[in-house]
Order: sequence, then structure tokens, then C-alpha cells
Amino acid sequence: MRFFFRRLLGIIPLLLAVSFLAFTLVRVAPGGPFDRERNLASEEAERVLREKYLLDAPLWKQYIHYLKQLTHGDLGNSLKHRNHSVNDIIAQGLPVSLLLGTMAFAFSLCWGIPLGCLSATAKNSSTRMLSDSTAMLGICVPALVIGPILVMTLAIKLKWLPVALLTSPLHFVLPVLTLGIYYSGRVARLTQQGIESTLQSEFILTARSKGLSEKTILIRHVLPLGLLPVVSYAGPLLADLLTGSFVAENLFQIPGIGVFLIQSSLSRDYPMIVGLVLVYALILALLNLAVDLSYRFIDPRIRQR
Amino acid sequence: MVGCGPLTFLPADLVIINGKEPESLDPVIINGQADGRIVSALFEGLVRYNTITGRPEPGLASTWEISTDRRTYRFHLRPNLQWSNGQPISAQDLLYSWQRVLTPASACEYANILFPVQNAESFHNGTIDDFELVGIKAITPNTIQINLSEPTSYFLDVCCYPALAIVPRTPIETHGDRWLLQKNIPTNGAYQLVSWKLNDCIRLRKNPFYWDHKNVQSETVDILPTSNASTALNLYEMGEVDIVWDKELVPTELVSILRQRSDFHVTDFLGTYFLRFNTLLAPFNDPQVRRALALSIDKHRLIDKITGAGESVAPHFVPPGIPGYDSPSGLDYDPEEARQLLADAGYPNGESFPPIDYLFNSSKLNEQIAVEIQAMWQEHLGVKTVLRQLEWKSYLQDQSNINYGVSRSSWLGDYVDPQTFLDVFTSNNGNNRTGWENTNYDGLISAANSEVNNAKRMEQLREAESILVEEFLPIIPLYFYVSMEYYDPKKVSGIFANIRAEHPIRSIKRIQPRDRDH
Repeated sequence: MRFFFRRLLGIIPLLLAVSFLAFTLVRVAPGGPFDRERNLASEEAERVLREKYLLDAPLWKQYIHYLKQLTHGDLGNSLKHRNHSVNDIIAQGLPVSLLLGTMAFAFSLCWGIPLGCLSATAKNSSTRMLSDSTAMLGICVPALVIGPILVMTLAIKLKWLPVALLTSPLHFVLPVLTLGIYYSGRVARLTQQGIESTLQSEFILTARSKGLSEKTILIRHVLPLGLLPVVSYAGPLLADLLTGSFVAENLFQIPGIGVFLIQSSLSRDYPMIVGLVLVYALILALLNLAVDLSYRFIDPRIRQR
Repeated sequence: MVGCGPLTFLPADLVIINGKEPESLDPVIINGQADGRIVSALFEGLVRYNTITGRPEPGLASTWEISTDRRTYRFHLRPNLQWSNGQPISAQDLLYSWQRVLTPASACEYANILFPVQNAESFHNGTIDDFELVGIKAITPNTIQINLSEPTSYFLDVCCYPALAIVPRTPIETHGDRWLLQKNIPTNGAYQLVSWKLNDCIRLRKNPFYWDHKNVQSETVDILPTSNASTALNLYEMGEVDIVWDKELVPTELVSILRQRSDFHVTDFLGTYFLRFNTLLAPFNDPQVRRALALSIDKHRLIDKITGAGESVAPHFVPPGIPGYDSPSGLDYDPEEARQLLADAGYPNGESFPPIDYLFNSSKLNEQIAVEIQAMWQEHLGVKTVLRQLEWKSYLQDQSNINYGVSRSSWLGDYVDPQTFLDVFTSNNGNNRTGWENTNYDGLISAANSEVNNAKRMEQLREAESILVEEFLPIIPLYFYVSMEYYDPKKVSGIFANIRAEHPIRSIKRIQPRDRDH
């Protein structure tokens, strides 16, 4: 428990550091939020606007002001979507990204782990090759390519699934596949490596010599240890998926937060970028903590320490 | 079935893909046509766009009188106008809305379109604080008088502009920047805002209190923001959306195929793709050099080989199609003369000519054009060009700081008049961005502003444009844009081709039930 709270408190300085870095780095990029193809009607208008969003104050002052807002849970106002606060936008987009991300995560594990097990244990070389190449294909073909291919075949040619938008459960299938195929490939590879190295351990030899069946050995002894690499990968993987994906959201017209991360960088929407980076950092830190905790349950060696 | 928002199943009568997510639906914040189209459906001004011509017709004002010196406009609001909550609309609402446009704190990008109004510019710059001094007055609860400092003959066109729509005072004053996120905000246009979810959907519902509600064709309209051209096309192809009307949403590699289709519509548009010169930097400070570079570009090759959607070559800056105005003929393609001019300027065969710094923002089209022009200058003049591709904001910063040699540029007209183009290159215009100043040019533009006789005014503008594109060339116009839209005229009615690509949503209707097995 103490370990848990110590780690939880450790997230605060981490977020502070992340917010400081994000806050200063985005301002280094050339151009500003109000640079347009068409100038504002007057210099006065631009001055008023910059003053309103404190953009002319010294950086440290802007940052202190930001931190003050942050203590109230206020991530500031979007400079591009000036009717919306960053909180509004994240509150609207994050649930969509979370839902889609969780589904893609579940798919990655449910497809990747059995695939990896098959690769590691298949006696038949053609089965092994098939599962190996399925995993490799997932890793090698980026979502940017796989997405349009899936749309072309399953939605446009076969008309089994909708081409875009998120208006029914069926609409989730293609985005989940697009997001999940790559990660399931990674999960399969990690599972395979984990199992193969565990299979060579001495305690497996002991188990075998005790006369346990291969199936029992695999499920009882190999899998819990063999899956450790997958568990440590699961944290960043889930964080990646939960915070949305530009490619999938853009391709399927999904109102998540992944698109905003790119758009806000391009439009120099400073509060929006910092807000999203903070959300990402928070999710990542919490998930890493969860992973560390889960080790204690999975790996008896850590539990004993 | 398309509906607004994730996992909702309510189909709309009409679904439109409108381009990128609007920055705002607040008339003072909008910054482009995509935003403007939705804003015009919600909030109307004194006049509105005609469905067929895209030109002004009576809106909230039913009639108006213009004084003989064309400096005074008197607008009469329709009797019994109401907001969508049943409250009356009065002349005071217009005063409030236009004051809001001019208040510097609103930072309205289009505030300058009201500068022809007496003292409007001084009010905007903070030189005067009292709005009473600005030439906008409510004579009676239903009559508004506008006094202009110059007989601005395009003023009615200006009044159509969505930025000048009448907005509801109470929610704006109560909720500040967040007024549009409130439920049931009062509107005075053809539609009410039902929901607005960023990057998801904007749902509009017919406003029963709109003065012309009988002619509003669709009960509910969904507007989808999309920035992916393939997705837009896929959704259209599968019959999920009825209209796609953003030219950015046409996959460039498919244009030549799409042009063959009866549901793909290409229309001349009020916009120009051109190059700016940094006239403060040698050798571009020499008009001879600029002329040589302009003469050696084969613009036909650009539109035949690269753009391919039916654009036309731009020998001048103002696009054709503005009633009463004929641009000067501009320069032809003449590499022979170009070589001679460059030699006369001291660079025979391009010798000792410094490499040209060609700035453009990242896009496939811009890149192809840049490469083509680079090759033409090399071939005809022996001049080297260094291409500098930057992402949007960095590009804009370098362009507005005039930190380039040649910069890819574009300009879209706000109203149907040459001045929306020619004003840009007056000396003190912030959009000039070339460093070019010419007192004759400024004088002609200002004279045109004061001219009551339209034919004479057009002549002055033509003379000004001739200075711009035939004499001094701080810019090279390359081609005129076209608008591109997908919709099947057998399934959708109420869209008419016009040079502004202005298609009021109130007139559009799906005439056939949506074909699910398209």
C-alpha cells in the first residue's frame, strides 16, 4: 500500500515536469495561433487577442498563471476553437477514444496472445509459419495502409461494414481492426518470445520430469511468466490506444482526441497541446503504475521480495 | 444510418460534408467559407445570399433606399421579426451586432469590411470610444441608417457577409465566449442549432420563427466536418451523405476521373493562386526581373499537367465573372522576351543571378507547381530555384514577415467586386506582404472608393490592376480556382452554380429517399 501511494505521489512532479516542457517547447515552434493567410483587421485587434490569452506576458508569468488554473482543474481555453475550453474538448473526445482504445486493446490481446502461443508451441512448421507471418504482417503494415485496405475490401467492395463514422456497434469494427492489428502483431511476438524463453527454464524441465502434461505446463507454469513482457508492454500499449489515434480517427471520421493532438500542434493551439500532453502523461503514468502492481500478482518472484 | 454523435440513430433529412471543423459558429470569429455557410444558416443579416446568383437579396431587411451620393443607406427591417425564442428583433439588435464586430476586443478578422462606414475604422482602432459617432443609427425601432464615408458601391455585398449577421445580445453578454455552447440559443436565420460536437457533427433544425420559414426546404440538417478526402468520397459513394462541397475534399489523384461524372460539379470560383515577390530584396526589387520571371512561366502547363480540374490560366489577378468589370489582358508566356529582359537587367543567361528562395506550404499540389516552375525558370532563364517547403504556420510567419524570395499565395474574394482583390496590394494593407508600395496604385484604389459612377469606378480599378499585373508585377497570378462539389442533381435540389460557391442551406432538399444500397 505504501508503495502504491509513494508511486501515486510521484506522478505529481512528473506531470509538473511534463507540463513545463510541453508549455515551453510548443512556444519554440515558429508562427503563432493567430497567424493567418488573412491578417486580423488591425494590429489593435491582434494586440487585444494576445493580451486576452496572455501571450505577450513573459513565459514564466504565463506558466505560473497556467499552473494556477491547473490547480482548479482548468486546462485553459482553446485558441483555435475559441468558443470551447480545453476541458470541453477533452471531455467530449476522451470518452470516445477510451471506448475505442479499450476495444482495440482487447482485440490486440485476444488475437495476439493465442497467435503468439501458437507460434511458440506449434509443432507443425506450416502452422508456425502462418502464425508467424500473420504477426509480422500486422507489425510491418502501418495503420495508414491497413485502414484504407480494410475500408476498400470490407466496406466498399463487400458492403459488410460501414465506411466511416461511429453511429452503431458495427461502425466500431473497422476502426478497432485498423488500430488493433499492429498491436496484436507486437503482442504475438512478445508472447512468443516470452514463452520460448520460459520454456527453456530449469523449472520447466523439472515440471516435465515430474511427468506433467504439456498442456498443464503451458497453462500453469509457462504462460504466467511468458506473458510478463506482454504485461509490461500492456501499459504503454493501452495508453497509446486510449489517447486516440490520428490515423484511425481521421480515416473513420471519429470524434476522439487523437486528431486534436495533431491539429492543435499544427494550429499552435498552445493550451490544447499542453492539455492533451498532460492527459496522455497522466494515463501513461497511471497505467505504468497498474502494470507494476500487477507484476506482484503475476510473478511470484517479485511478490516474495 | 447517419445521425449526430456516436451511437445515436436519428437520421437527418439532409447530410452535408462541409470541410474542416469550423473554428467557431460565432459570426465575429469565423474565418472562412466553410464556417460562414453554417453561420448564415443560423444568423441572418440585413441582406442574404440569393440561392441562384449568390448575390444580395432582402434578408431581415425587406427594403432599403440608397441616397443619390450613395453615401447613405436606409434599411427597413421586416415587420414582426422574431428570434427563434419568439422575442422580437429590432434595429437595436443590429446596432449591437455591428458594434460587436467593430469592438477591438472581439478581434473580428473581417471588421475591416465595415471600414467604409463613417468613423468605423477609428472606433476599431480605439481612436474614438463613442459608438454614437460611428455612422450606424437606429432611426426607428425598425429602420437603420448607415452613413458611409465613401460611396462604396459594393456595400450591399458586404452586408451579406456572415460576419455582419445579427446576433442575440443576451446569451453573448451572459455567457461570453461560451454562448454558442448553451442550449436553445436564439437564432434569426433559417435554422436553430441543435447540437455542436467538435469533429463529430453539427445538427440544425428548421427555425419556425424565421420570416421565410415556408421556403426552408429541409427540416433537419447534419453537417459533418471531415478533413480526409477519401473518407468524404467513401461516405458519399455509400450514400451516407448527400453533398460534399469543399474542394479540399476531392482526392487530387482522382480529379480527372471524377470530372467525367454527372454528379461531380466544377464551377469557376472567385479565387486566385499566385506568387508573391519580396520586392524589398534584390534582385526582385527590379520590376524588369519580376517581369522576366513572370513571362517565363507556362501557366497552361500548370493547369493541364498538375491541377487538372478545369481551372483557367490567370493572366491577371481579379478572377473573371464580376459584373461590369474587365481585367486588363495581362502578360503572355514569352520566354524569348523574358531572356532579353533578364539580360538587360544584368543577368545574361541567368549568370550571377542568386538562387531564388521559393517558399510554399506543404501540399502535394503546391509542391508539384513549385517543381514545375523551378524547371521552367531553369530552362528558360538559367536561374536556380531553391524550394523551401514549410508547414502552415511557419509558412505564414515567413510570408507575413516578408522573409522569402518568392512565396506561393492565394486569395479568395469576400464579395463580388474587384476591390476585394485589389485592396490587398495597397501600401498599408497588412495582407500585402510583398513590401511593394505604389502611390499611383493607392491613388486609383482610393479614387475608385469615392467614385459614384460605377463604369468610371471599374475603369479606375482596371487601371490599378494593370499597374499590378502588367507594369510592376509584385505578384504573378498563376490560375483561377474552381469550386468542386459532389451531389446528384437527381437526388438533391436547390444548389445552383455561382462564382462565390454560395449555396444557402435553406434552399437545399433531398428529393429522393436516401438510397441505402447505392
